[in-house]
Amino acid sequence: MSVGEITHIGRPTNRVDGRLKVTGQAHYAAEYPADDLLYGYIVGSTIAAGRIAAMHLDAARQFPGVVEIFTHENRSKAAWLDRSWRDEVAPPGHPFRPLHSDRILFDGQPVALIVAETFEAARDAGSLIRIAYDVDAHCTELEAKRAEAYVPPEQRSGIPPPPDPRGDAEQAFQDAPVKISRDYRVNAEHHNPMEMFATTCVFEGDGKLTIYDKTQGSQNAQGYVTSVFGLRSKDVRLVNHYVGGAFGAGLRPQHQLFFAVMASLELQRSVRVSLTRAQMFHIGYRPDSYHTVSLAADRDGRLQSIMHDAVASTSHYEDYQEAVVNWSGMMYHCDNVKLTYQLAKLDTATPCDMRAPGAAIGVTALECALDELSYELGIGPLEIRRINFASKDENTKKQFTSKALLECYSEGAAAFGWEKRSPKPRAMREGRELIGWGVSTGMWDAFLQKAQATATLKVDGTLEVATAASDIGTGTWTILTQIGAEAFGLPLEDVQARIGDSTLPMSPVEGGSWTAASNGSAVQAACDAVKHSLFKQARKMANSPLADASFEDVEVRDQRIFRKDDPARGLSVFEVMHAAELKEITEQGKVSPNLRQMLKYTSYTHSAVFAEVRVDEYLGVVRVTRVVCAAAAGKILNPKTARSQILGGVVMGIGMALHEEAMTDHRLGKIMNANLGEYHVPAHADIEDIEVIFVDEKDDKVSPLGVKGLGEIGIVGTASAVANAIFHATGVRVRDFPITIDKILNAPRPS
Amino acid sequence: MNQIPHYPQISISLTINGTLHELKVEPWVTLLDLLRERLLLTGTKKGCDQGQCGACTVLVDGKRVNSCLALAVSRDGAEITTIEGLAQNGELHPLQVAFIGRDAFQCGYCTPGQICSAAGLLAEGHTRSRAEIREHMSGNLCRCGAYTNIADAVEDVLMPRIAAKEAAE
Ligand code: FES
Ligand code: FES
Repeated sequence: MSVGEITHIGRPTNRVDGRLKVTGQAHYAAEYPADDLLYGYIVGSTIAAGRIAAMHLDAARQFPGVVEIFTHENRSKAAWLDRSWRDEVAPPGHPFRPLHSDRILFDGQPVALIVAETFEAARDAGSLIRIAYDVDAHCTELEAKRAEAYVPPEQRSGIPPPPDPRGDAEQAFQDAPVKISRDYRVNAEHHNPMEMFATTCVFEGDGKLTIYDKTQGSQNAQGYVTSVFGLRSKDVRLVNHYVGGAFGAGLRPQHQLFFAVMASLELQRSVRVSLTRAQMFHIGYRPDSYHTVSLAADRDGRLQSIMHDAVASTSHYEDYQEAVVNWSGMMYHCDNVKLTYQLAKLDTATPCDMRAPGAAIGVTALECALDELSYELGIGPLEIRRINFASKDENTKKQFTSKALLECYSEGAAAFGWEKRSPKPRAMREGRELIGWGVSTGMWDAFLQKAQATATLKVDGTLEVATAASDIGTGTWTILTQIGAEAFGLPLEDVQARIGDSTLPMSPVEGGSWTAASNGSAVQAACDAVKHSLFKQARKMANSPLADASFEDVEVRDQRIFRKDDPARGLSVFEVMHAAELKEITEQGKVSPNLRQMLKYTSYTHSAVFAEVRVDEYLGVVRVTRVVCAAAAGKILNPKTARSQILGGVVMGIGMALHEEAMTDHRLGKIMNANLGEYHVPAHADIEDIEVIFVDEKDDKVSPLGVKGLGEIGIVGTASAVANAIFHATGVRVRDFPITIDKILNAPRPS
Repeated sequence: MNQIPHYPQISISLTINGTLHELKVEPWVTLLDLLRERLLLTGTKKGCDQGQCGACTVLVDGKRVNSCLALAVSRDGAEITTIEGLAQNGELHPLQVAFIGRDAFQCGYCTPGQICSAAGLLAEGHTRSRAEIREHMSGNLCRCGAYTNIADAVEDVLMPRIAAKEAAE
């Protein structure tokens, strides 16, 4: 390949881990072999609140193959202080401690771990355990606790509370000629990644543990283990090379990690613990939430008042928080805004960030309300969004580093054919299917987090880049390889990325859509540093052709370092390293947020989502036949994996709109559909046509790479676009998500 | 595998990816757990262990089957193909190539099941359109939401086959 020919950034490169994944060779947490491996099986409580009165374990103990049963009565010593149990993303409160005492805080709470020689023995013995409880009254129904909702006294780190009110929203609402005030609800959802949480803890015998865990942060999980069990950091290595989806559920350490490590330490053997699918419903979830949104506008559609009050569920032991209502103060221009966010305690596990936490529910409510207002005004739903475009973040009065949202509207509308939309609801049909088109705006943070990386250039010219990032399906392996290959003008095969290992350079958890920007920029900085030292060595050589060059004059490509203005004048990487007697050059790279810039600027990803639904007039069955998601996300490193991220978000948004709902029997405090047959996640048959557009957006401030991140934006606005399309199709407005058939059929028929 | 004394074990033989295995298993061991935990063929995934997700799909005598719902002893004598056995002599199956090219996966956890299921679908021979692909692949959930890309990948392999068959007829 000749000079300047290879560009990797911006190419739709196939995933570098693709071959491993399609051949079954990528190993997930439960798939690492270990000698003498034991299997742990977790038994959960069958009540939602109370105390364990007695545990009858004899039958289980006598079951062939059972090695040990751990309960609160015989668990090993673990850390005493709350702070030792608090992981990087823990909300304020008292983190859950498995087997800590006889107290039951939520249904399905782990109360015993059976360890046996085989999986089957552990599982079957588990069914023989009998537990007597002293049952306390419980409440799992948010509606019943709404009156007791409170403003969380301690703020969760990284989560901004609602902004102070601005203007006089109440008065402006009174005075405005056109207004609506509506209640919405988004039911609790469960992440349900396809891989169930699992840990294989390999007892290495020399006081060391190698832990294969399903997590979004190897270092977060490693830190949890060392602090809970009082182990030395250098004795515990935690690996998460491949993660079978997580969507936020893997941000915090899950029960199986604690149990596998505890059993391994106690029994001095390797132990594997996996959750069952039903147990996947007893860990963190997207909180149940109620929203009241009041919007008022003048007759030209300009917003005069925005009020959004939200109440969301949390547990008794932690104040889980997310930014739910803040979006309503910054998505559109408005001088009078009042936003409130409160929590209500339920007898459930603590909720946990799920794809676009906060925005996925808050924006859904706002965007449905805005749609309702547009009909009230007789102004098109896309038009009202354009009219109220916010050119700065009015919550903080800061400038956006970029915001190509208007381009999202126009390019998305053009691709969708929006101009052919008939403004009236119930005006488009084909046979017995009513057709509706809806639109929504989407918004998500473009974060940059502190991250570090190393790059190592070897004497054979190949490159290794390393950072403790995770790839949960996001394409991290691939983009980091691309960034390294781009920096050194190498083919992808000559670059090896190393991620998913707590011993690698410092990385935040994989979440919030910040990995590409943060770890990607750190890798780029490390590559730059390597190039600098390579140049230094090259210039030092006797008769160096680069002796009079400065760093800006040279380029590294095809395993050579040479002058840009005269590519013939240069040296091979081999020559330079050989002369310097080096086998490799390793350097570090670091990034952290630019705090000075953050005083003036703020960064977000934006999108416009267009959806077409077809609703069977007699049966109420909804099909989402087309979605166009146009996103403004800064530089796109890899359009192929980037597109997949958006597709995944849109699919989950369709699930939020139509399917996903944890159904709790509040008399029992139990989720009754804790399985994938009855908690419906979108299946092949539910998903038809999805188009993804990346509008051009240059942003030299958001991150050194110009990248914004894509993991969440696809879900934000999708559920509202679908809901708005259902209204346009049927004239029926359902304000309770998911919008199931019964709600459509039972709604009052439009006049 | 750790031996537990006094367990009833039944002798069975299975041909897995072309290799004959003579095995002794307890009657309650599923085909899925046999593959993953005892034969270390972990390419076949467990996504629910109750027949609701398709992650464990393998081909049993050429037909796609949820291996979590099959007791190993009930398949004595069967010929089983798992994801590890689809590539021939290091050459990927056309579906595997199409899945990579179409980016028909993200986390990759549902992928072996999707690919084995698609291989079963091709062998069934009754799927003729994209709509039918979607319908007949609906037993395989993908929480990452790669459905449109999976449909593209299956179409890439299926459509030329249909065309070739029609031309031959
Ligand atoms: S694991 Fe067999 S269908 Fe889910
Ligand atoms: S690729 Fe992750 S579940 Fe399908």
